[in-house]
Formats: sequence, C-alpha cells, structure tokens
Amino acid sequence: MGTRDCQHICDESSPAIGEAGKTGDWRDAFPSIDNEKCIPARQNKPACFLCWLYCPEAVVSKTVPIQIDMEYCKGCGICAEICPAHAITMISEESLSTTEKG
Amino acid sequence: MMSKKTKTRASAQMLDGNHAAAEAVRLSRAQVIAAYPITPQSPVTEKLSEFVERGELDAQYVAVESEHSALAVCTSASMVGARVFTATSAHGLAYMHEMLHWAAGARLPVVLACVNRAMGAPWSVLNDQQDSISQRDTGWIQIYARNNQEVLDSIVQAYRIAESVYVPVMVCYDGYVLSHTEMPVDVPTQKDVDRFLPAYEPHTILDPANPRNYNLVTLANPRVNAEGVLCHGYMELRYLLQEALQNSREIIINVGQEFGELFGRSYDNMVWEHRLDDADVVMVAMGSLAMEATVAADMLREAGHKAGVLGLRVFRPFPKTDVAKALEKRRLVVVFDKNISYGSEGATCSEIKSALYGKSTGPVIRNYIVGLGGRDVKAREMADAVSKWLLSMKDGDLNQEYPEWICAI
Repeated sequence: MGTRDCQHICDESSPAIGEAGKTGDWRDAFPSIDNEKCIPARQNKPACFLCWLYCPEAVVSKTVPIQIDMEYCKGCGICAEICPAHAITMISEESLSTTEKG
Repeated sequence: MMSKKTKTRASAQMLDGNHAAAEAVRLSRAQVIAAYPITPQSPVTEKLSEFVERGELDAQYVAVESEHSALAVCTSASMVGARVFTATSAHGLAYMHEMLHWAAGARLPVVLACVNRAMGAPWSVLNDQQDSISQRDTGWIQIYARNNQEVLDSIVQAYRIAESVYVPVMVCYDGYVLSHTEMPVDVPTQKDVDRFLPAYEPHTILDPANPRNYNLVTLANPRVNAEGVLCHGYMELRYLLQEALQNSREIIINVGQEFGELFGRSYDNMVWEHRLDDADVVMVAMGSLAMEATVAADMLREAGHKAGVLGLRVFRPFPKTDVAKALEKRRLVVVFDKNISYGSEGATCSEIKSALYGKSTGPVIRNYIVGLGGRDVKAREMADAVSKWLLSMKDGDLNQEYPEWICAI
C-alpha cells in the first residue's frame, strides 16, 4: 500500500509527540542519572530542574525523581554539562552493547 | 490564436507590460501583495500600491526589506488562504531562490511576475532570460508572454492554473522590450474576470481549534502519523510535485480554452505557430524574441524558403509531445536562446533535443545564443543565421555540441 491514502499534497500533521519519528535512535551516548547526587532526588522535593530547563528536546520530566524519555533523547549531553551536582554521566551506547555482549 | 470574436466589453488601452501586469493583478483580486522594487519590475509594484492606496484593490500591500522576505510574506499569506502576488527581476529573483523552492514544495498557488533581466556580473539592467531560466528546477510552472496582451491574460490564467493544481506560476515577460513598451491591450471588465476566476480554496487550513503542522522536518521514509495514518516521506512529496507538473498540461490548455471562450483570445496550446503548416525550416524561441522570429521567417519566405516559427508559451511543464509533433518531420530547426547553461547550450535547445530523441525523422538542430544583456536581436540577423545552415547542411550532422553566438567576437 502506498502513501496516497493520507491525501496530503504537502507535508502536514497534527501536533503530537514524536512528530519527526523516534529520534532516540540518533543517539550514540545516553545520559545516566545518579540519584544519590541529583538534587531533587536527594532532597525528595521539586528543586533545581536545570536539566529539564536546558533539554532542547523536552524529554526530561519535571518530577521527583526526574525521568528521561529515551525514545526521543538524542544524546546531546547538555543535561550532563548543565547539572550542578554532576549527577548525569554520558555513557556510549557502544560500550553498553559491548558490556551486554561481554 | 488571436481570434477576434470578442464577446465581452473590454476596453482597449495603451499599456506597457508592467501596467498590463498590474491591471491583471487588480482584476484577479489579489489579497496580499509583497514586493521589493528592482529595475525593470518597479512600475508593477508602484502601480499596485497606487491601486491599494486609492481603494481600487482590496489588498494588503506589504512593504518588505528584500525579495526573500517578499516571497516569504506571499507563501505565508497563501498558506492561510489569501490570493497573493509578487513581482521581481534578475537579482531579486535569485535572492528569492530559497523561497521559490519553499512555495513549490508547500504546493502554494503563488503567482509571480518575472520581468526578465540579465544577471550580473557585470551589472546590467537590460533584458535576457537568464534569471528565470536559472530558476527552472524550483518546481514552478513557467509561462512566457510574447506581448503585453499576453502579460495580462497569462497572469489572470495563472491564478486559475495555480489554484487548480496547487503549483506556483511564474509569468515571465521581457524587460523593456515588453515591460516599458506601450501597445494596445484589451482590459477585461471586473465582472468578466470574476466569472472566469473563482475564489481561492486553500488546501492548507490554519485553525486554532484544529492545529496543524505544515512542512516540518520530514524524514526520508514514509511514517505513521499520530492518527495512525501512513504519511508521505520526503520523496513521495517530491513525486507528487512532479506528477502535478506532468498533469498540469491539460489544465493549462483547458484554462486557456475557457479564457478564449469568454474573452475571445484563446490559449489552447502550450506552443504557438507562425506559418508552420508547410515549413521545412523552423525557428524556435520564447517570449518577445519569438515575435522577432516571425519577422525573420517572413523574410526567409520572401527569399523562397519555407520558414516558420514555433513559439514556446509554456517552458515548465515542458511540452515535449507538442514540440516533438511540431518539429519531428522538419528539415532544419534553429533554436534561439536568450540564456545559456554555461558549458552546454541554450536551455530551450536542450529541451527540444530531448523532446526529439528517438524520433526516426529528427531534424538537423542548430542553436544560437542571442540578445544577452539587452543586445538588440534583429530579424535580419536571425534570418541570416538560418540561411547559413540552409546553405551548408549537406554533412548530415544532426547535432552540434555547442551553440553559435550572435555577437562581435
């Protein structure tokens, strides 16, 4: 089946999460959060949230503890750079699969 | 083609091409006009701003800081449902290049008048067709007018065509030769144009109650959208643009025919002919240059040669079948181009060779580059250029790698 059934003649869509497809597979490093260091997790209350503020893909939640939607996280590492508590470490996807295999 | 069975109460006026273009836009009830002045297009925008200022045209005239912005305003206004118009020349058109792609890709029925002017360097404000030919591959329909009546008629038809196939249309006419030369033009009544041109129905609806995204990042492959419908990838959208241009020939001809029925001037073909029936030598050209070729053909007839002219009215979509049918059984075809694809040949010549490929009775084809940067092209020179090949055509060399130039080198 072809794509004519959508009846569009230019690109169009309704606003939805993942509009441009699942961008998580662009990632070659993922953020790993250490909740022993993360300020909202450690204080058990809403605080800091600089990672939420700076994430260009809006995939970090403003919750305690924070959550990152790995289906759309592109692995840019801005959250790790901005975190004042150094709670986020970028880990290469390659090393993970090697470890898993190993 | 110019039958005189005028059924409507048009008024004949002495108009230059720019004024004729502005009248066409007024009669077409454009709602948003954005343009930046550039020689030789400026009088079009001046006239339109006067119409708006005097309340003779109910439109928003947006004064912008560049041609890129002019077309950005027009694409945006077209997307929210307004009938739009812009006009430019040469460097202005080049500056619009990105937005030309955008208007076509977004399938917006923008109408643009290109007052053909040479490209720098060196600076020139005079006429050739390098500017619009350089925008050949942006996905726009291109129509070339041969006189000021055709400037007016083509712009009115352009709205019908663009809004039927959702492809933008560029109406091209030669700078100064047409833009600043007055000739009699029948100006139709508003009532008649209203009968011919229904209101624009956009395919893009921007409604806060039903928000839509248009032309976002589109990945290579088709993908299922939020509603679970499989949608086009980038390539399918490109296919549809090509398909729209391929299928637009029929619309262009039908619109031209209907225009003829209402206004007495029929445009029911992609090409036009002058003394072509028994011609074994055919001169091919586009725009006002093709009118000069008719004078040259008459000179050749007087000298005993069976010469005719095939004028190209529509350059995109290129009417390959019409051209092949008109030229395949001729002895000699001489193509005159007011443009060149550097390192190759004139753009229309390449198209004609492509249209005739594989025809068993293909003619000898010769190409002349003429009239660049406003160099006057005389009918005598065109006739002589044809005569040269009539005398030395015994070698059987159908093709010629590079064009000849009519210049002083």
